[in-house]
Amino acid sequence: MSLIRYQAPELTPWSASDRWNTLRDELNSFFELPLWSSFPRAGQLFTGWSPALDLYQSTDNIVAVVELPGMRKEDIENSLHDGTLTISGERKRESTDGEKAERTERYVGVFRRSIALPTRVDASKVSATYRDGILIVTLPKAEEVKPKQIQVS
Amino acid sequence: MNTLTRENRDADCAQTEQFIVPPASVIEGSDGYTLEVEMPGVNKDGLDISIENNELTIIGRRSLPKIEGTLIHHESRSESFRRTFELDPSIGADKISARIEQGLVTLTLPKAEHVKPRKITVS
Repeated sequence: MSLIRYQAPELTPWSASDRWNTLRDELNSFFELPLWSSFPRAGQLFTGWSPALDLYQSTDNIVAVVELPGMRKEDIENSLHDGTLTISGERKRESTDGEKAERTERYVGVFRRSIALPTRVDASKVSATYRDGILIVTLPKAEEVKPKQIQVS
Repeated sequence: MNTLTRENRDADCAQTEQFIVPPASVIEGSDGYTLEVEMPGVNKDGLDISIENNELTIIGRRSLPKIEGTLIHHESRSESFRRTFELDPSIGADKISARIEQGLVTLTLPKAEHVKPRKITVS
């Protein structure tokens, strides 16, 4: 399983102390986690298939967009646990006798992809669509994390 | 046997549109080949398949849904897909058929009649 931590996209100005903190964190995580967790996108080497995942954030929603070409809707599973969205499933290929694979670049088998969500979401209102090989999971933010205007009386 | 799968990577370098190479699988059956190319985000309208000089080119342009909000984690690519194959002479080019389902292009390339194994009865 490859768990990719949420990272804010904006670049922070370089500072020497940050670098040290980062290095310390990395060293810590190196000892705490199995080795392959240190190479998030290289996860494919160990798990076979790590579909590309994009995450969007708006005022009301977190939206995950995952590239899953050639799946059946029934074979995709989404789950939400402890602020982590996990998309898993199995890609099957029906093979008939007498067939010979000339070239196999497409991954067949089980995959699992997890991502830590940046804010809390309302698990009961999560919805998903699958079209043209793209899975879109819409996760409405929990009420308490939505920005609110407070009137001064 | 020389097969369909010979890939032509430097077919033309003069194009301005940026392409990425999608993963593909080729399966040989008794009647022909099945070619599967992964093109997530591409539908029927964005698919362009052509054969020229015995070269099969598959181009897929994505039509992605607009998503509200800011992108906070990005792994996908936005370039179009393109893949070129040289066709084996055994393939009947006029009988090639294609379909796209959930971003997976499947091409059926039947072998021409004259190359199918045939039993000759001794009289």
